[in-house]
Amino acid sequence: MTARIIETNNTPLKKVEVEGVTADIIENALKNARIEMDAVLFRTAMSPGIREQGDCFPMIANKDGKMVVGQFGSFIGPFMEAYNDEIEEGDIILTNDPYMCNAAVSHLPDWLVLKPVFKDGRHIAWTAMFGHMSDNGGMVPGSIPIEATNIYQEGVRIPPIKLYKKGVLQSDILELILHNVRTSQWNRFDLNALVAACNTAGKRCVEMANRFGDDVLFSAMDIMLERNYNAMKFIIQNFIPEEPRTFEDYLCDDGMGMGPYKIKCKMWREGDVAHFDFSGTDPQAQSSVNFYLNEDMFKMFFGSFTINVVDPHIVFNDGFYDLVDVYIPEGTLLKPKFPAAISGRTHALGRIFDVLGALLGSGAPEQMLNAAGFSDSPHLFYSGYDTREGKNNEWFQLFQIGFGGVPGRPAGDGPDGHSLWPGFTNVPNEFIESYFPLRIERYETIPDSGGAGLHRGGNGLSVAYRFLSDGAIGIHDERWLVYPWGVLGGQVGMRSTKKIVRIDGSEEWLPSKCDGVKVQAGDLLYFNTWGGGGWGDPLKRDPQLVLADVNRVLATVEGARDYGVVIKDGAVDEAATKKLREEMAAARGEIGVFNTGPSIEELRATCLAETGLEPPVQPVFR
Amino acid sequence: MSYRLGVDVGGTFTDLMLINEETGATFTAKVPSTPEDSSIGVLNGVARICEESGIDPTKIDRVMHGTTVATNAVLQGKGAKVGLVTTAGYEQTLQVARSFCPGGLGGWVTFNKNPLLAPLELTIGADERMDASGNVIRELDEAALRKSLEKLKATGQVEALTICFVNAYINGDNEQKAAKIAREVFGDTPISISSEVVPEMQEYERTETTVMNSYVRPEMQLYIDNLQNALHDRMGEELQLSLLRSDGGLASARSAADSPVNMLMSGPAGGVTGAIYFCSRAGYDDILTFDMGGTSTDVALIQDSKARVRRETYVGDVKVRAPSVDVRTVGAGGGSIAFVPELTGALRVGPESAGAVPGPAAYLKGGDKPTVCDANVVLGYLPSDVQLGGKMQISKEAAEKAVQTIADALDIDLLEAAEGIIRVANEAMFGALRLVSVEQGYDPRDFALVCFGGAGPLHGNAMGILSDAWPVIIPPGPGVLCARGDATTTVQDEATRTYIQLAGDVSKEQLLADLKALEERAAQALIDDGIGKQDHEVVYQADVRYVGQAFQITLDFTEADLQERGLDVVTGQFDAEHEQLFSFKLSDGHEILMIRAVVKAKPADLALPEVGSADAELKDCIVHESKFYYDGAWHDAPLYDRAKLHAGIVVPGPSIVMEMDSTTVILPGHEARVDEIGNLLINPVK
Repeated sequence: MTARIIETNNTPLKKVEVEGVTADIIENALKNARIEMDAVLFRTAMSPGIREQGDCFPMIANKDGKMVVGQFGSFIGPFMEAYNDEIEEGDIILTNDPYMCNAAVSHLPDWLVLKPVFKDGRHIAWTAMFGHMSDNGGMVPGSIPIEATNIYQEGVRIPPIKLYKKGVLQSDILELILHNVRTSQWNRFDLNALVAACNTAGKRCVEMANRFGDDVLFSAMDIMLERNYNAMKFIIQNFIPEEPRTFEDYLCDDGMGMGPYKIKCKMWREGDVAHFDFSGTDPQAQSSVNFYLNEDMFKMFFGSFTINVVDPHIVFNDGFYDLVDVYIPEGTLLKPKFPAAISGRTHALGRIFDVLGALLGSGAPEQMLNAAGFSDSPHLFYSGYDTREGKNNEWFQLFQIGFGGVPGRPAGDGPDGHSLWPGFTNVPNEFIESYFPLRIERYETIPDSGGAGLHRGGNGLSVAYRFLSDGAIGIHDERWLVYPWGVLGGQVGMRSTKKIVRIDGSEEWLPSKCDGVKVQAGDLLYFNTWGGGGWGDPLKRDPQLVLADVNRVLATVEGARDYGVVIKDGAVDEAATKKLREEMAAARGEIGVFNTGPSIEELRATCLAETGLEPPVQPVFR
Repeated sequence: MSYRLGVDVGGTFTDLMLINEETGATFTAKVPSTPEDSSIGVLNGVARICEESGIDPTKIDRVMHGTTVATNAVLQGKGAKVGLVTTAGYEQTLQVARSFCPGGLGGWVTFNKNPLLAPLELTIGADERMDASGNVIRELDEAALRKSLEKLKATGQVEALTICFVNAYINGDNEQKAAKIAREVFGDTPISISSEVVPEMQEYERTETTVMNSYVRPEMQLYIDNLQNALHDRMGEELQLSLLRSDGGLASARSAADSPVNMLMSGPAGGVTGAIYFCSRAGYDDILTFDMGGTSTDVALIQDSKARVRRETYVGDVKVRAPSVDVRTVGAGGGSIAFVPELTGALRVGPESAGAVPGPAAYLKGGDKPTVCDANVVLGYLPSDVQLGGKMQISKEAAEKAVQTIADALDIDLLEAAEGIIRVANEAMFGALRLVSVEQGYDPRDFALVCFGGAGPLHGNAMGILSDAWPVIIPPGPGVLCARGDATTTVQDEATRTYIQLAGDVSKEQLLADLKALEERAAQALIDDGIGKQDHEVVYQADVRYVGQAFQITLDFTEADLQERGLDVVTGQFDAEHEQLFSFKLSDGHEILMIRAVVKAKPADLALPEVGSADAELKDCIVHESKFYYDGAWHDAPLYDRAKLHAGIVVPGPSIVMEMDSTTVILPGHEARVDEIGNLLINPVK
């Protein structure tokens, strides 16, 4: 099965000599086109998820489907293999099914639009963009059902289809799809926006071809790919050891009582090629926390993490893929078998970054190793019929992304309550209060939640949601059991918690992952995210910095003792601090590179007492 | 005879332009800026321009001033220590800063936050709560607040105080109550409250903006007081000092000192105003402005001789909700440094800049890195052998040496390398032009491109070729256009309120009554400055979106429009703009977020100066024979003296037109006509 591209002009594009400066100019022009895609999308999209939180990713690829500019790498190769039809000028492809595009998108709410760009009857490039839709139908509002056990429960599945055929919108198909989602108006606008962005970038490609010549544009794209190849070759030579290095981390649970799930990766180099082998990762989960990881996307994670070292101004692309080999065993958490549920993939996706950071950094921990941070985009769903006076029982559906502690890093302290994802921002509370039956009573970081360190971890965020209407909530979070680790003597960060105070005054700890929890008007939810791990020896942190954090209510007098700092009457007690630091230094053993906190067995044993929740049981794999 | 003086304080130079209000005759001066206290530079400039023109300072009635004092206070972290009072539970709004980490994937690895403008140590929470409809859910606990304020005062650190409560954009009562107590506790310390400074939704942006106002307020107040006193000494008590606001209007000295957050883009706004001044008089109402300086380039789109104003201002990495002329900045200018990263072998230009110190290599001030300016020297665009009134020595040898390092790294010859630098820089600046035009749904070919700033005229013709925006207009005195702009603006103020109502639910009468009330408030500032109602021009605005959109468009209309078309003046106009931007529209669900009245003083028209010497022939204007390198070949290019060129004369390219503050390049295949106003209009030869 392969797609066939129909061209009315069969003259092949020729590889020609392109002078360096022209390539530089085309590089800039393509970069501008990509920025323009984002701009077009943000202006046109309607859902807060895309407009305010920036949950979307653009790309421009060459004729062969290699990404020349973009963020998450190309998915056109796998798509072309999977799509068994002809593609013509004016066609625009839509899909959301990870199983039909080799996980180019990794769950159904991400809708992917793909457009072949033609000029004078010749296919010259691709543009593509995907964005997270507010709803995709299925079991629960927001379409990320934790307890789904297969993908059919996760909403409408769109195989690669032509949304536009030779420039004509296939409105029957569009209406069929929108009929199956709860937020059809938002999706309609957002999809429209994705198409507009791809069309704009397509137009820019044609203009560039007009300006420089088709062959020159075609050849310049190759040069851009080659630049990345060379840069990454250098990086791999210098940062990837021949001696294999292994790291493992855990997903706390699957939301259905089992966990933790292990993610394991081995990294080494043979010649010019970096190898990543995920053997040893646990088998796929029973629920939706599986993450179908595209090998190429992992290459992109690896590349974008490291390339800044060499040329921060480079236009990052796919050119280096031949230099990286990724193996992910089938049937695991990271490559589940169809029809496994995958909508709750965000946690494992985030954890991949902790694993990758640990593998890359531990060769030169002082310069390159970060602690474990807020590697997730946890969320809260709140939906129902607005029972407040004058609101006519209107349906409402809120999707809120949470933020937490960035880890301590060689560069400095981790920022408090921030995002690790590019372009993400919170939705202003005043915006939420004016459009949803909610009052956000407190919005503040959690003192001492960042792991102590020479550079401390960022604090997690505590958001107190007062529900003003009856409804139901869904919670998706992580790191409630397994600690965010510290490095080089840095302490672990505080874990996440969710507490609901009912209107009758009773209190209840809610699981980190749950759906369909009924709430009443007047209930108060504390959505507390986790802190980043600390970096470096906390006993060496300037006591005045610790005092400053206490004065800023980012740490407490009690928390200062984790740094061996004694604060009395608003000042550092120098003598007591010296003494305490000496005692602590003597009491602790050798400082290792990683501090992951208690073992899994110990975590299970203390789970109920410390978190108010039953520990998950060891996963049973079928 | 009466005179007005425009003064623009830039990073490197303070530019002055003295205009005879009756004849339009002008005098210009350029003196070094004095960043430690920019009023010194201004006074030096005043002394210089009066001495050179022989004009008695007491003949100057008005000084109109664009200043970067507020901007620099922010960029250099020199603002006041700001105390902040928030709703309890919201103390860390600035610390969390909407959770945003700049950069791409992994950008957080190197991101370090700047210190907060209002430190958390000086932030306190007040027990109070307003809901999203403006109802008080919890009364302000006044006794507790007084206690906290007294404690805050006792730190002895607070130089300015900010009050920002949740949902105060819709009801500022609790903020007012808190301010009253704060005044009792803090006495003279300036207090800014969010419902007055920026009554707009979004707690982070409103807090940041109000805090910013506090942050720059003491410094601006001091600066304005000192300057005003010194000017009164020299020019008499009658002298009126006004300052240019970010949105292009003029503010009285008093209102500028109270709301300095509105002055952050005072500088660039002057350039845009100056460009509009010359272009509209020449019959060009739709223009793109291209203001290229040493470290950066500002561009803006002007339609119907009106600059687009956006509701945001950026300073460094701080963004505040204050209206400013929609100027986009790219980090490419004459001083941008070219380099070749070893591994990728790509040619990069900027964003690092050689600045004024050490400067481009050609200026022999210690710089040795190759800059855009050096490439211009190597290629002959910036002549090194002839200077007109030039006080700056230019060394071609030094420029060549610097650019040669690029040639070596790329293994190409010197001239190719120099052209490469120019082309890469041009492409980056073209990106900014696209941003304000194509990206907003405008075709640059429908606009003229006006180029100014120290380096704009050097690159103008090339930018015209890239954008296809013709003619390329080089106004008179392009290097001091900002000062000209300052001198030609009018006093303006505005009043705003959050509305949040469906257009379908509002009657024409109600909307008009609400706008009239705002107009009354805005007009007061002008009346206080002695500008009577008969000289007011009033424009209404509404920020509109479709319900559910997190995006809005600001629409302008007048009372007459509203009377005639009713609410359609809002909805119809919105649909049209929406379609232009996004290629579709809806027919209902228009939500009016904010309404605003903008009141301006009517402009008094100035006479225009005479252009050139009428009897000069083209060849008489040549001062030197020279050559430049373009598109792979040398071209003979005479140097013309702009002062001699008169209206109607056509200068064929390739050639160079020189004047005291700038140099214009006319490329082969193009020609420049001088119009009645004195503009150079560059077009391709047909």
